[in-house]
Amino acid sequence: MTDDILRMRGITKTFPGVKALQDVNLSVRRGGIHAICGENGAGKSTLMKVLSGVYPHGSYEGEIFFDGELCRFGDIRDSEHRGIVIIHQELALCPQLSIAENIFLGNEQSARGLIDWNRTNAEAAELLNRVGLHENPVTTISDIGVGKQQLVEIAKALAKKVRLLILDEPTAALNDEDSAHLLDLLRGLRDEGITCVIISHKLNEVMAIADSISILRDGRSIESLDMATGEVTEDRIISGMVGRALENRFPPHEPNIGEEALRIENWTVHSPTQRGREVVSNANLTLRKGEIVGLAGLMGAGRTELAMSVFGRSYGTDITGKLYKNGKPIEARTVREAIRNGIAYATEDRKRYGLNLIEDIKRNVSAAALSKLARRGWVNDNEEYRVADEYRASMNIKAPGVSSITGKLSGGNQQKVVLAKWIFTDADVLILDEPTRGIDVGAKYEIYSIINRLADAGKAILVISSELPELLGLCDRIYALSAGRITGEVQRSEATQERIMQYMTKGLDET
Amino acid sequence: MSSTSPTDVAPAAGATDAPARSTGLSINIRQSGIYIAFALIVLLFTILTDGALLQPQNISNIIVQNSYILILSIGMILIIIAGHIDLSVGSVVAVTGAIAAVLMVNYGVPWPLALLITLIAGGLIGAWQGYWIAYFGIPAFIVTLAGMLLFRALTLTVLGNQGIGPFPDAVRTLSNGFTDGYFGNIGLGPLGGADLFSLLIGIIAIAGMALTQWRTRAARLGYRQTVDPLPVFLLKIVLAAAVILFVVVQLARFKNLPWVLVLLAALVLGYSLLTNRAVFGRRIYAIGGNLQAALLSGIKVKSVIFWIFVNMGVLSAIAGIIFAGRLNQAGPTAGNSFELDAIAAAFIGGAAVQGGVGKVVGAVTGGLIMGVINNGMSLIGSPSERVMLVKGVVLLAAVAFDVWTKRRAASAPR
Repeated sequence: MTDDILRMRGITKTFPGVKALQDVNLSVRRGGIHAICGENGAGKSTLMKVLSGVYPHGSYEGEIFFDGELCRFGDIRDSEHRGIVIIHQELALCPQLSIAENIFLGNEQSARGLIDWNRTNAEAAELLNRVGLHENPVTTISDIGVGKQQLVEIAKALAKKVRLLILDEPTAALNDEDSAHLLDLLRGLRDEGITCVIISHKLNEVMAIADSISILRDGRSIESLDMATGEVTEDRIISGMVGRALENRFPPHEPNIGEEALRIENWTVHSPTQRGREVVSNANLTLRKGEIVGLAGLMGAGRTELAMSVFGRSYGTDITGKLYKNGKPIEARTVREAIRNGIAYATEDRKRYGLNLIEDIKRNVSAAALSKLARRGWVNDNEEYRVADEYRASMNIKAPGVSSITGKLSGGNQQKVVLAKWIFTDADVLILDEPTRGIDVGAKYEIYSIINRLADAGKAILVISSELPELLGLCDRIYALSAGRITGEVQRSEATQERIMQYMTKGLDET
Repeated sequence: MSSTSPTDVAPAAGATDAPARSTGLSINIRQSGIYIAFALIVLLFTILTDGALLQPQNISNIIVQNSYILILSIGMILIIIAGHIDLSVGSVVAVTGAIAAVLMVNYGVPWPLALLITLIAGGLIGAWQGYWIAYFGIPAFIVTLAGMLLFRALTLTVLGNQGIGPFPDAVRTLSNGFTDGYFGNIGLGPLGGADLFSLLIGIIAIAGMALTQWRTRAARLGYRQTVDPLPVFLLKIVLAAAVILFVVVQLARFKNLPWVLVLLAALVLGYSLLTNRAVFGRRIYAIGGNLQAALLSGIKVKSVIFWIFVNMGVLSAIAGIIFAGRLNQAGPTAGNSFELDAIAAAFIGGAAVQGGVGKVVGAVTGGLIMGVINNGMSLIGSPSERVMLVKGVVLLAAVAFDVWTKRRAASAPR
């Protein structure tokens, strides 16, 4: 009989309109390193949030057994009390505080209500030693690099007497050396008896470190693999991650592809926060009229960054490269210039970047092209109403009327408002970033139909998506992006999930 | 949420679901709450003061005494809608009043030129603050807090730490005076004599309002939009007309229309149009509602923010001239804590701290609510500390009500 430190049974978690997890089972052996693999949106992070109490007991179905005991975590403190600590991809450190202060944040070493600084710093130094970080505990977090910050997070977990350490994409932002050090550290912790669960896209890393693997797909647990058998390969994992049967979820579409609409040449973008880091390197893309082109890539590959930098340099610094519209070079240094050149970008995060949620449908539809409805600076609000109502009808936006507040619409209908807003700018190149994120199947079908109709009207469309089946079902051609580089281009007829996934992970091992 | 199957979602050219009927009598409590509150407060003080509140001279007093706050609240609401704040308006009122006084009294500059220079000075002050906020990226709270000190210091320097006056008659008339009775008086039966010219202006205003409302409604019907049913529409017009008529008759019975009322009416009308109908006004709402979305929609955020602070400077200069003209002297303490009154007016009038929401008429109504409370309580002889207490409670209650309705709306089923 195996000695499992953790067993999750029949976990089902539903968000309005979406089943994020469905009857998921997970067993983690004591003292091992267990990897969880799956595509973006497969439910990995949701599962870990259920485990750590971010989603409290009662908000999901199923049972969690930790050390053989049934657990009902009300919040994250409950799970930490039992020794389950989660380290998120975005580190939760206070940049202005010292390393020691961060390590004991919420867990202060105090005597009679006053913090004992000597004990704090001494114990912090000891923990830093354990994780192999040679820094003074009073150093400010913002003065050390991301890799060292990651180690501070682990030290923080050790301070909480961690028994099960969960790491969500721990090496996504690290360079090779830091990654290798981190993996060594995890092996060391395993030898000390601390169980680790690691979520990672980097399959080579998973292969190198994991003792066992669970694969999630579409919110279901697919299989568990034991690395000790020696039969598991990267390809084996990939086919588990993507191997779903394609249902008929896409409207039929006969493409009618015309001339080149937009060409992006030698496009290089640097990070605005990390000096010198290339987020997009020397990318070349071509979009044609009437063509739906996909852009695939893992999280952090630079898809959104590429799109936004093209859209009026709304992301990045030190951008080099050329843009050609209908064969002629264009400048799009501001969002206004990009819009004037007929480029539109519908964001992946419609609530934060796409919509004014406290305003109604018509004012959102007109927001990017208000001057079309105005004469000498005065808006004709009757025309605005008419235009918005036309889009409401043609795109089947389900709302009582165009005076409905967009914040109250469902995700699918909000997305339609975003699309209407950009179609109304008369753009002929539309970049759609995750156009179906967080919306239900029926609404997805409608969005696909709208995209097809736009292509039929001669627009060039670039779809960014984390869901490979979506790209395969919708696009005429697909680019794969990995670590800021275009690593492959696949025609629809030759596209398979395995092939694109290979391109998407290409070069990750070297960087 | 939607359980539509792929077969029946082929987007129809003409969706058949009819636009929802507005029930007509259902009142949007969040939007109209402020006006109902205003009516109740007026009613309360009318009863408490045995009707003295609505006497001709007192109505005139309320308008004249609060005119500068109301003017400031118009500029302030634009800034708050955009998600910013201006703490410096009191000091700007003082410094512009001082500039006007020095020009007219010490240097004998003719009053029209002096007023023009003062307005330009106000605009430049606004441009100074707008630059730091919009283009340099310092929070408005800090920039205008600094401005509060800077422009108070400038006031003391310009005035040499003493009051300067008196002002030319024209400026005093603008602040304190009344329109002339061009057509003489007319008898109104038991109400006694009233100025015919003022009455005619009032009737023209009512006719103009009714006509534009009617034409707006007709245009909307032409576009097949839902509008209020005819009886509700008429009821609203009649109510508004009755309020205007009452105020105008009372004013006509006293002296005539105060010039500041004419100015105020023009400003309210102009800025309401600006916020509702102009591209510029829409940009302000878009920026306050979601700054990121506005940036990604190609809106020139920096330029809009810059210009609303310039606008605030010019309106502060107008308020500064009126305040100084009313006291017939520009003093070193002029405009003290006006910024707080203007900000309170905007929030009582329905603005949201996060920005994106608010109306010019709402802010002016918020200012009038405070004005009526001030006036009514002094009529019944309340000490000033109690007036302050009540104003504080009203401000808190107004914003609490706003937060409460918003939370209720958010948890309501969709």
